[in-house]
Amino acid sequence: MTDLTTEFLGIKSPNPFWLASAPPTDKEYNVRRAFEAGWGGVVWKTLGAEGPPVVNVNGPRYGAIWGADRRLLGLNNIELITDRPLQTNLEEITRVKKDYPDRAVIVSIMVPCEEQAWKDILPQVEATGADGIELNFGCPHGMAERGMGSAVGQVPEYIQMVTEWCKKYYSKPVIVKLTPNITDIRHPARAAHAGHADAVSLINTINSITSVDLDNMAPEPTIGGKGTHGGYCGPAVKPIALNMVAEIARDPQTRGLPISAIGGVTTWRDAAEFMAMGAGNVQVCTAAMTYGFNVVKEMISGLSNWMDEKGYTSTQDFIGMAVPNVTDWQYLDLNYVTKARISQDDCIKCGRCYAACEDTSHQAIAMSEDRVFTVKDDECVACNLCVNVCPVEGCITMEEVPAGQIDERTGEVVSGEYANWTTHPNNPSATAAE
Amino acid sequence: MASSHQASGIQAARLDAVGIAENFSDLHPAYDAHEAAVAADRCYFCYDAPCMTACPTSIDIPQFIREIQAGHPESAARTILEQNILGGMCARVCPTETLCEEACVREAAEGKPVEIGRLQRYATDTLMEKGTHPFTRAASTGKKVAVVGAGPAGLSAAHRLAMLGHDVVVYDAKSKPGGLNEFGIAAYKSTNDFAQREVDWLLKIGGITMEYGKKLGADLSLDGLTSSCDAVFLSIGLAGVNALRAPGEDKNGVRDAVEFIAELRQADDLTALPVGRNVVVIGGGMTAVDAAVQSKLLGAENVTIAYRRSRDEMGASRFEQDLAASKGVKLMFNVMPKAVHGNGAAAEIELEYTEVTDGKVSGTGETVRLAADQVFKAIGQTLEGQPDALALEGRKIKVDANGRTSVAGVWAGGDCASGGEDLTVTAVAEGRDAAMDIHSSLMG
Repeated sequence: MTDLTTEFLGIKSPNPFWLASAPPTDKEYNVRRAFEAGWGGVVWKTLGAEGPPVVNVNGPRYGAIWGADRRLLGLNNIELITDRPLQTNLEEITRVKKDYPDRAVIVSIMVPCEEQAWKDILPQVEATGADGIELNFGCPHGMAERGMGSAVGQVPEYIQMVTEWCKKYYSKPVIVKLTPNITDIRHPARAAHAGHADAVSLINTINSITSVDLDNMAPEPTIGGKGTHGGYCGPAVKPIALNMVAEIARDPQTRGLPISAIGGVTTWRDAAEFMAMGAGNVQVCTAAMTYGFNVVKEMISGLSNWMDEKGYTSTQDFIGMAVPNVTDWQYLDLNYVTKARISQDDCIKCGRCYAACEDTSHQAIAMSEDRVFTVKDDECVACNLCVNVCPVEGCITMEEVPAGQIDERTGEVVSGEYANWTTHPNNPSATAAE
Repeated sequence: MASSHQASGIQAARLDAVGIAENFSDLHPAYDAHEAAVAADRCYFCYDAPCMTACPTSIDIPQFIREIQAGHPESAARTILEQNILGGMCARVCPTETLCEEACVREAAEGKPVEIGRLQRYATDTLMEKGTHPFTRAASTGKKVAVVGAGPAGLSAAHRLAMLGHDVVVYDAKSKPGGLNEFGIAAYKSTNDFAQREVDWLLKIGGITMEYGKKLGADLSLDGLTSSCDAVFLSIGLAGVNALRAPGEDKNGVRDAVEFIAELRQADDLTALPVGRNVVVIGGGMTAVDAAVQSKLLGAENVTIAYRRSRDEMGASRFEQDLAASKGVKLMFNVMPKAVHGNGAAAEIELEYTEVTDGKVSGTGETVRLAADQVFKAIGQTLEGQPDALALEGRKIKVDANGRTSVAGVWAGGDCASGGEDLTVTAVAEGRDAAMDIHSSLMG
């Protein structure tokens, strides 16, 4: 089995799977169970300032959407930061870290945007022996109404300011957790970088209402007839998170800034994808909340098998490998031509490709009387919709038209030479090829 | 005390009430809501779906499954019932394995089709349990149509005609409606008196008068009906039964399978229904399987189906054959009855092995004897008691694509009419389509 030991900001953990700051890491009891199950690290559920703890609602805190067989696809929550006393958490963190010196223990913090508040809490956190801190600038519900969480994360200047305070009063790594509830994730990432953050972690949850109770005409989860937006997470948010991770990984201003990726990691493959996209490790919450802590075992075996197959001996070997292949649309090769191909041996004749193409796309699939489906090369724009809607994996594929052959749709010979929009004659600002 | 399997002769109470109840419980238990949702999720919502093409009543199957999946089985039921008013019974008795489910692309893909029949039952049961009827009658046309035979074809025609605003009188020779839904079909496919409940529900459309104990040729005449009504629909089924034409056919213990099944379906207490220790069923269709399986379920020790051709030619589907085998029925192929032996009552049946040459069955001369205190004949039913005025095609009433017979103003459908397989679902389609043609003819 491949050694999955991963070092992130100098913090070693036996694998790159950390539990994100969330209900699963709220207490010593849970965290010990997590470590026994095999998790490489935890980000302890967010601590608030000394004094009376926050209170949570006493009605439902979670809402969800489901796929087939009630498979949970997306979860939303309106839970606040820890509602247990600060000292209790600090004592528990100290004990757990002492008992599990090989696991990463990161403490998430959210206190008001005042220097004194951070100056007060940071030495106490440092005394626990935890490996680092994560600044919760992400929670979109509840705490944001009090000027914390995403209310900070949405203002780059605040991010930089608070990060600087933390670097001033805390000696170990500082991770800034970003909210996705902004228009361009690069700005808060740049601010964290400017404030000398050691890393960013993302994404926190996305503003959401999962459903509406049509009998009571109220959003779910409903508390006494009312509801509020919560933070959305789980498998459904993974594509959004992947893009945001990629944006930061390839931004010249933040390139090289370590990233801890969060957002719908459910299996080893999700983790490998985030890491290939530049993340040094991943944080998981919904998968654990859905299935329990034992899900990490599949993540460990799956990542290990895949690394063995690929010949990677360390997670460092593949971290960031996909980043150079993320580009802007304008640089995509317009001379790369593919056509859909339907494997008649694999086709089960459901006709979904036909319905999708005929009704909603390019009328590029023919259907015979006896339900044989074939691609019309002179109409196929290679959009990939047929591949995506086909229920049989691998039945429809996109095959490249080699250079020298004619693209029957355009009637032109495929040149095989790279050419993009920046030089295309239809582009008013094209620069003529020299 | 329940008598054992081994008690010889034709005996009641081979099993106690608990054993009987267990044996005759629902063959395919109803889905609960979650099972239905999971099953519905497997549907691919095919374009121009093959299942729909395979359904004799052309139910929009992808549509109704999507309605179940989206949480409104009542709409799903309406989608079904618009095409097939006996969708509840068809969900139970259709040989889906040779119709919609055989055509399901998931059958091709993984050998496990979407369970369309059970989903249809879930939808129709949900609606019927509410006790409401989803259709209403059009304004009265003042036309009167007679329907002879309250089986699937007749009920389907009557409902459609009533819905279109005609007044319908349904005559049936028996004392209750349903035809083969009530008197044929294995009991474990129509539990809790479903056939009668379905008829009661169907009649909620209004405009249908039921007249029982009225037999065509005895209490009714075609001439009388054509002169008193604007149109006549005949759905008289197949009242005759083919004979074995083997010596000993008249011995005690030899009887028609359809009669046995009808008696079983009407029995209040199945422990009181006698069955042989050694039962042999002659035939290869659904009736043969229904008789054999139910004999076994009543507690017969040995039950054999003896069919004169090969397995592939058997009328009963592979599913039905496997069902029979799973209940302990022995299937014998390429054997035909040569004689029934016994002193007054049947004791043994002598079967001769057969070979099939150019489609013709002939005996090889080699015989085998099986103990048989009860022999059921399930070798097909025939048209009987049809009015002489009607032209026949083969041994059925000749009809065109719209169900019109050779006599003006008279339509026919179901098992008595030419065309289509002898299935409940086919009868429903024929009744519906004839009703539509009657309507255009009356209103045209």
